[in-house]
Amino acid sequence: MNKPLNKMAVQATINGESKAFLCSPGQVLAEVLRDELELIGTKIGCNTGDCGACSVLVDDRLVCSCLVLAAEVEGKSVLTVEGVANGGELHPVQQKLLEHGGLQCGICTPGVVIAAKALLEHNPYPTEEQARYWLAGNLCRCTGYDKIIRAVLDAAKTMRGGAA
Amino acid sequence: MAVQEFVSPTSLSEAQQAVGDGTASSWLAGGTDLLVGIRLGARDPARVIDLKQIPELTAIQVDETAVRIGAAASAFDVLHNSDVPSQFPGLAEALNLIGSTQITGRCSAGGNLCNASPAADSIPALIANGAKCRILGPDGERTLAVEDFVVGPNQNALASSELLIELILPRPTPGTSDAYLRLTPRTEMDIAVAGAGVSITMDESGECTAARIAIGAVAPTALLVEAAAEALMGSQLDQTAIDAAVAAVRAAARPICDKRGTAEYRIHVVGVLASRALANARARIKKAHS
Amino acid sequence: MNAYQEFKIIGSRPIRPDGLDKVTGRARYGADLNMQGQLYGHVVRSPHAHAVIQSIDCSKALAMEGVLAVMTGDDLVKPGNEMLGSGEGAMALKDLVPMVMSQGKVLFHSQAVAAVAATSPELAAEASEAVEVAYEVLPVVTDLHKALAADAPILHDDRFPDGYPDEPTNLATHISLTVGDPDAAFEKADVVIEQTYSVPMCHQGYIEPHACVARADAAGRVDLWCCTQGHFAVRHYTSAVTGIDAGKIKVTASEIGGGFGGKTTVYLEPLAVVLAQKSGRPVKMVMDRGDVFRATGPAPGAETKVKLGATCDGKLVAADVECLMDSGAYNGNPAGIPAFMATACYKLKDARSTGRSVYTNKPKIHAYRAPSIPQVTLGVELAITELAAELGIDPIEFRLMNAVEEGDANMMGASYKRIGLRECLEVARNHGHYKSAVAEGAGRGVAMGYWINAGMQSSATLNVIADGHVSILTGSPDIGGSRASMALMASEVLGIPFEHIHPQVAATDSVGHTDVTGGSRTTLATGQAVIQAAEQCVAEMCRRAAAEWEVEPGLVSWSQGAAHYGDQSLTFEDLAGRAGAMGGPLTFSTSLTSTSTAPGFGVHICDAEVDKETGRTTITRYTAIQDAGKAIHPDYVEGQMQGGAVQGIGWALNEEYLYSDEGALENPGFLDYRIPVASDLPFINAVIVEVPNPLHPFGVKGVGEVPIVPPMPAIAEAVYQSTGVRFRDLPLNPPKILAALANS
Repeated sequence: MNKPLNKMAVQATINGESKAFLCSPGQVLAEVLRDELELIGTKIGCNTGDCGACSVLVDDRLVCSCLVLAAEVEGKSVLTVEGVANGGELHPVQQKLLEHGGLQCGICTPGVVIAAKALLEHNPYPTEEQARYWLAGNLCRCTGYDKIIRAVLDAAKTMRGGAA
Repeated sequence: MAVQEFVSPTSLSEAQQAVGDGTASSWLAGGTDLLVGIRLGARDPARVIDLKQIPELTAIQVDETAVRIGAAASAFDVLHNSDVPSQFPGLAEALNLIGSTQITGRCSAGGNLCNASPAADSIPALIANGAKCRILGPDGERTLAVEDFVVGPNQNALASSELLIELILPRPTPGTSDAYLRLTPRTEMDIAVAGAGVSITMDESGECTAARIAIGAVAPTALLVEAAAEALMGSQLDQTAIDAAVAAVRAAARPICDKRGTAEYRIHVVGVLASRALANARARIKKAHS
Repeated sequence: MNAYQEFKIIGSRPIRPDGLDKVTGRARYGADLNMQGQLYGHVVRSPHAHAVIQSIDCSKALAMEGVLAVMTGDDLVKPGNEMLGSGEGAMALKDLVPMVMSQGKVLFHSQAVAAVAATSPELAAEASEAVEVAYEVLPVVTDLHKALAADAPILHDDRFPDGYPDEPTNLATHISLTVGDPDAAFEKADVVIEQTYSVPMCHQGYIEPHACVARADAAGRVDLWCCTQGHFAVRHYTSAVTGIDAGKIKVTASEIGGGFGGKTTVYLEPLAVVLAQKSGRPVKMVMDRGDVFRATGPAPGAETKVKLGATCDGKLVAADVECLMDSGAYNGNPAGIPAFMATACYKLKDARSTGRSVYTNKPKIHAYRAPSIPQVTLGVELAITELAAELGIDPIEFRLMNAVEEGDANMMGASYKRIGLRECLEVARNHGHYKSAVAEGAGRGVAMGYWINAGMQSSATLNVIADGHVSILTGSPDIGGSRASMALMASEVLGIPFEHIHPQVAATDSVGHTDVTGGSRTTLATGQAVIQAAEQCVAEMCRRAAAEWEVEPGLVSWSQGAAHYGDQSLTFEDLAGRAGAMGGPLTFSTSLTSTSTAPGFGVHICDAEVDKETGRTTITRYTAIQDAGKAIHPDYVEGQMQGGAVQGIGWALNEEYLYSDEGALENPGFLDYRIPVASDLPFINAVIVEVPNPLHPFGVKGVGEVPIVPPMPAIAEAVYQSTGVRFRDLPLNPPKILAALANS
């Protein structure tokens, strides 16, 4: 069990790389990602888990990083939007969001990329309704979600190898 | 005052030690209420004790008599357990409604219960299923029915050093099913304006032999409405019986008017939800029979 | 007609230049820049909605270790009657300063009263609690009618609107226009509809909170980074509020995470600048989500009385529209637009329209997508639909019989040029959605909407790079894909690949003055600047090629990205690579005040189903039809239509500011301020109609704002058709619908 410290040392795998960072006991993961690890792709829209802009995967689980204490990820694996593309190759969700114009201002996009990636890993054959419900926690004020949902369904199709 | 300390015990005895010295402490399960509370200034613990490294608290166990859900097991894990959603589809409905996919990935039935919001989705579903709370304290264990666990808005029956270990749901007998419905203005990301959880048992002849109906967001705590269950017992779940149950539900409701809905609206809608939940549960039983 | 009858690339859908950074997380928004050694600013906000500030004592906060600066309203200029800007962007300094920080009196809950800068955000928050403010609390008024009552607390005892010179009142503005003789015209009407409609106060709801970081040096120069719809406006306003010369302020616009009109002003920026000056350190400030709702933005709630008269043959003969709008605590000027534009869609020789705005203890209202028009359009469009029903005429047919077209005059006396309203109505009438049967239990509504669309000032600089690529600098923050539009337009003129064009949003010191990204003006006006710069580039390249070939420049033509004379050609790449030897660097800057604007019109069709037992409404099918003039990048035109429609859906159904009796906002977060989520919606079918704007080289019309105008009346009508009960007060949330069903 951890000893009480004002700053805690945490080791975690961030986007595939082993990282160590210091955090306060009450500091949330979103803040540490942005301020300590300079992963500014994770956005903070509300800080109360209501907008989804700070979505990341912790051990492949989709979460709001504003509602995870940084100390909780000790020994775990964190994936942020910066780690989604494989080198220069975009993930199909990223590629399809670009092709469909599934972003306007783009502030929700990192969260949408992460959440949609998680959806397609969880369910390769999402219906429109399933995609809409899975992404209900990712608020977008610009697009009306239309092109986001189309992009996600198209990405699913691509990932299935073009099958319907 | 900010959080000064984060500890993550790996056993129940370590957890008890962690809470024993009088420091203002909060148990951390999914954190989806606690961390929001800290952010908005409603909660101010000096120490946060993470429960997710304690195996008993995240386990989901199914045996011949009961399903045991560790208090810190995430809703997502419960929803993807091989047995729980099929045995308790109504509980699954309730857990699935607690916030977004992101929230479901972290929040727990135990945390939802301990947070004790009058509008919590899982509580009516747990009450309808006769769930019990297994509680560990300095003087040993005790067990409490869920309907007795919540004592007021955001107030539970835990003493300051007590810990909710798990929720125990008796396995449904043949001919039993449950359902949960809530009303929110949006489809997701919303707080129940009213909610209703039901569990009913019907014999081969279609007679209702057991029933529990619980309602949420219409009183300071979720309510088990025994009069509604009595109205159904022995009936064929015909319209007269359902109308009587709905009337009992509405009579039991004593909601407030607030930004999420008027009292009048809540009283009406909780009846509608109870009626529809009964229809859903009955349909599930019939499907299982056929 | 324009010179580009057949487009080569305009109208195609390439991937936006800034897209890659946005899907990979590299794009930098307001809160994404840190400056070395920066402090963190925190705002002290009033816990009262109406109070006199008796004293502010910052000494305890300043004495805390790690607190390097504190400030109050005394550190800002004392406004007199100065006006900032003119025309559409006009604002009185005395209506801007108190939205940054109060001076002596607070008029709404969470108004800024002081600010601190400290070495960490936590410390800054703690220090702000150590600032001691003594208030004399005053009575609060948040309701429009109560604010006008004789016994209402008066917010400003020194302000008198035109026509009310003596008595103190909360009336902020009163504007009335009449054409013809509406009273006499109503006498001729066979059918008259007279009803009152209301819309609640709401918020723009952008996902990115306001954020900035500022640095000030010993020479008095300021470097400011922020998310804004207009960094030139930020420079102007920050200068006006702080008294620092605008020339000493450089503003860099970050990527912007939504604005919808709400980021066309300043809140934190002048505070960060003052704190940076006082502390000698950069200061970063990020607004808390709750404060975004409590202290920025909102769009006014409004009540509109509409009286319309028509003859039996379906001719609209008279209108009288009176709109009472919330101004919030200061003058946000919401009343002019309804007065001028309430009936802009209709041929009317006899009409009166009146706009009044009222001070209340709420944040000063601010622009939100087609500001003030959705509120008044709810009433006008619902009344039109009711009138059509009374007359037994199909609602689209009735609108076609009365819709404005080229040559018709509006209330402002101006004549419409080539507009696309009738075309949109015809597309709607023939659309599969309108022709389809309405599902059992559902209802269908149709409504149309207008927005004037702005022109204003824009600048662009085009730099040719030696390898034949081009960089384009504009001063327009890109809020929804405008860089893609700029690159498309430049590509069209230059004839070089889209991918060779690199559009950027330049800081205030790097490009000519450009007004805000607002008024649906950017693709039109900044696009015009880009087109002109590209045309100058082509002309210069042709001139250089002519010199090389020793022919008259007029004999050289330009096509396919090359200059041609006879069988000789010089490509863009050739001319770019040899620029140094052929006359020097190829750089073209243009600045203009666009007068090429054309109004926009749209028609929406909505199917909705109401659960009659719970009052809950589901939008089951939605079609948005709009005249875009010419869609430069159709994805982003459709995106505007879809996004605007969904904002309208949110406003119609569930979005609403809820205030306590004490004037505190009760739902300052995304949980209880319910913007639509993905699962609430169907696909929004967007149908682009193209009736080219004759004044614009590519035929462009603004598109961003019109789509929020029709949804509220379309949805209200669909709900009526589903339930048989007419709703005239929004939002149509479940309790309201159910209560009305119970009473019917």
